[in-house]
Amino acid sequence: MAEPGVIVIGAGPAGVRAAEELVAAGLRPIVIDEGRRDGGQIYRRQPEHFTRDYAALYGSEAQRAASVHRGFDALRGKIDYRPETLAWNIFDGHVHAVREHRTEKLPYSALVICSGATDRLMPVPGWELSGVYSLGASQIALKSQACSIGSRVVFLGSGPLLYLVAYQYMKAGASIAAVLDTSRLRDRVAALPKLLARPGLLKQGVAYLAALRRAGVPVHTGVEPVAIGGDPADGVRNLTYRDSKGQQHQIDCDAVALGYHLRPESQLADLAGCKFVYDDTARQWFPQVTMEGRSSVRNVYLAGDGARILGAEGAENAGRLAALSALADLGKTVDATRVATLRQAQDKMERFRQGLVQAFPWPQEQAARLPDSAIVCRCECITAGELRRVVTDMGAQEANRAKAFSRVGMGRCQGRYCADAGAEVIAHAAGVPLEQVGRLRGQAPVKPLSFQTMEEPQ
Amino acid sequence: MKPVNQADVLIIGGGIMGASTAFFLRQRGVSVILLERWLVGQQASGVNFGNTRRQGRFLEQLPLANRAHDVWTRMPALLGEDAELLRAGHLRCAYRQDAADKMEVYAREAREYGLELELLSKAALRSRYPFLGPEVIAGSLSAQDGHANPRLAAPAFGRGAARAGAHIYENTEVTSLAKDGEDFRAVCADGREFRAPVMLVSSGAWASKMSAHFGEPVPLVVRGPQMAVTEPAPYVIGPSLGVAGGTLEETLYFRQVKRGNIVMGGCGRGPSTTDPRYAPVIPAHTLTQFRQMARLAPVVTKLNIIRVWSGVEGYMPDDLPIMGPSATTSGLHYAFGFCGAGFQVGPGVGETMAELIATGATSTPIDAFSITRFESQLVAAEPHADAEP
Repeated sequence: MAEPGVIVIGAGPAGVRAAEELVAAGLRPIVIDEGRRDGGQIYRRQPEHFTRDYAALYGSEAQRAASVHRGFDALRGKIDYRPETLAWNIFDGHVHAVREHRTEKLPYSALVICSGATDRLMPVPGWELSGVYSLGASQIALKSQACSIGSRVVFLGSGPLLYLVAYQYMKAGASIAAVLDTSRLRDRVAALPKLLARPGLLKQGVAYLAALRRAGVPVHTGVEPVAIGGDPADGVRNLTYRDSKGQQHQIDCDAVALGYHLRPESQLADLAGCKFVYDDTARQWFPQVTMEGRSSVRNVYLAGDGARILGAEGAENAGRLAALSALADLGKTVDATRVATLRQAQDKMERFRQGLVQAFPWPQEQAARLPDSAIVCRCECITAGELRRVVTDMGAQEANRAKAFSRVGMGRCQGRYCADAGAEVIAHAAGVPLEQVGRLRGQAPVKPLSFQTMEEPQ
Repeated sequence: MKPVNQADVLIIGGGIMGASTAFFLRQRGVSVILLERWLVGQQASGVNFGNTRRQGRFLEQLPLANRAHDVWTRMPALLGEDAELLRAGHLRCAYRQDAADKMEVYAREAREYGLELELLSKAALRSRYPFLGPEVIAGSLSAQDGHANPRLAAPAFGRGAARAGAHIYENTEVTSLAKDGEDFRAVCADGREFRAPVMLVSSGAWASKMSAHFGEPVPLVVRGPQMAVTEPAPYVIGPSLGVAGGTLEETLYFRQVKRGNIVMGGCGRGPSTTDPRYAPVIPAHTLTQFRQMARLAPVVTKLNIIRVWSGVEGYMPDDLPIMGPSATTSGLHYAFGFCGAGFQVGPGVGETMAELIATGATSTPIDAFSITRFESQLVAAEPHADAEP
């Protein structure tokens, strides 16, 4: 058998750039990606026979998207590309990857995990109704299939994606009932010095907002969501919120796009044994990673939003840096000035990231205010009251203990969409700092695995 | 509650054995301190399959299992909760005639111990459990057995014991144990000391080091169950099921919880150590379970699994637990090494050990489980093939 090679997981901006560096160094990496086509979520390519051009699909990011796609196209034939393949486990120095029910055990000399991010969600009463989507999913519907999630959509949450997706929907001709931002203007003003680290991006954000306002879309900041109304048969009918003055309003709508920035898809890093660190500003756990992409595990490297939420451009740099670190650790010569330049660029990305966290704060206070009847874990249908009961009556003050007792985080999504909010509910009910609640341990399979799965004959 | 460091009984290990013993000692008015290294019921007691079956146990264990069966029935009255106990039956399935013959013999013998089993022909199985695969040729149903939620049972006993006045100290790692005059003395990692004239070692896979310390080494082997759970599906399965009399690889077992998820395990065990962070599920093992499920209940293979887990279990070479008094040290008792099959008997072990400690005798025979059986044969061996939890 040949020497184990380098494996890259993910073909978004980080994975593509990592693969590019590896190929440039004369290697032929395996690139495993869940998507049918490369590009990841942000630069997702439309299905065959869809004919929207780059400007229509990616707007201001058209050039970057085209560059990443071209970069990947140039790698064809030089990499072992495995699309529609799920890395469902990392165990004993092997990636377990499944495609069409065939699973293969792949050894590696170095592993670069570029697993991206998913939406960070805060429950609101009624968020289990059909018609409620995450912001990311709303964007995917539009980008991939040219579909809107509803005929009258409310965008609720906070973070750059809120305005970007609302703007994209508006441009696509969808009807937007309102954009409701829980963050306050003064948070954004306070974050300005950090946001100025990337003036272009800041300007872009301001332009989206201006365009929405020009189009007559109601945009409100400092809101507090109260409930999504509707019924199980017909789904969403309306949304109730309180404005910044405490006045209650109800908006008719048939869909809600919900999200509070992003959370890393860090299960694979967890299964690979990487250490995690708590970020008190973001109130989130991230895998420990150096600016050069080294994790706490010797031959495991992390890049992109799966490690640190730096956005697409930051992900490209991080992918390159992680690959260069892997190459250096494998004994290859690496251009130190390139590493230094990329690192310098990342310092700016990191400063901007801190600005975003400050400008669009995670609404932790909502978790404390959630009514007992609100569902926290949608997979298992567990309410905030049930979760609070295992804290107060059964003494569960740690995330995994509370999961064992209540099932919060035990369902299909493995806690992706409830763990952050669940931890806030636990911390508040227990009266302990969030960090003390800990985080849910990653468990294979990373996503549901069919009983039809069998070993690929060697 | 004010910290207490002296009691009538000191219990080392807060699994289902230690927690239920603490509970039943309090019922008898005996003061108890229980020390648990992590959290109550978090290791073998919390990660196991959740079978509450008597069927298939060694005959000499049936009196204990019957006693436990009775405690499980009384749990709502004793603790105010039932740990999701579902008396939906336990069905053993045979693929071959020799296994079916053995089930027949077992059913006759078990009746002597008060356990009624119903033998089912292939046709009867087909009509009653249409989801079974065509290879299943015979079955044996224990209608009153079933399954429960292991994540809830031991902690429920722990909380019940605490409510009744037991002093339960979690996150308390014992670093040394000694008999010091009349008292046992436990020193903990943080320097705290606890004393009692009577001590129970119920620390599962961690117990053999402690028994060795008192001159009673045992050949305990550490293994991890290989568990998986599916996404929820309509509730149709009913009994807890397992393959009997097959090869190790064939020995799959599964159950469906009321909310629809199917929990499965078996086809052998995984390696494990006493460090619970390294109790892995071997990916290839899960694939073996997939193949075996296609034989036992093909319909289940339409589903996906959503999570796997393992844990730390202590196995003895003869597949019997260690239970009863020490032969070397007066006042010392053991209840550990339940060989991956301790969940159902757990509450019965607690009631029996409390009786033994409080009265000096038990109304349930436990001589077969004495630690003295290992006095002369210190050989580590693989656990038996046909062992459902």
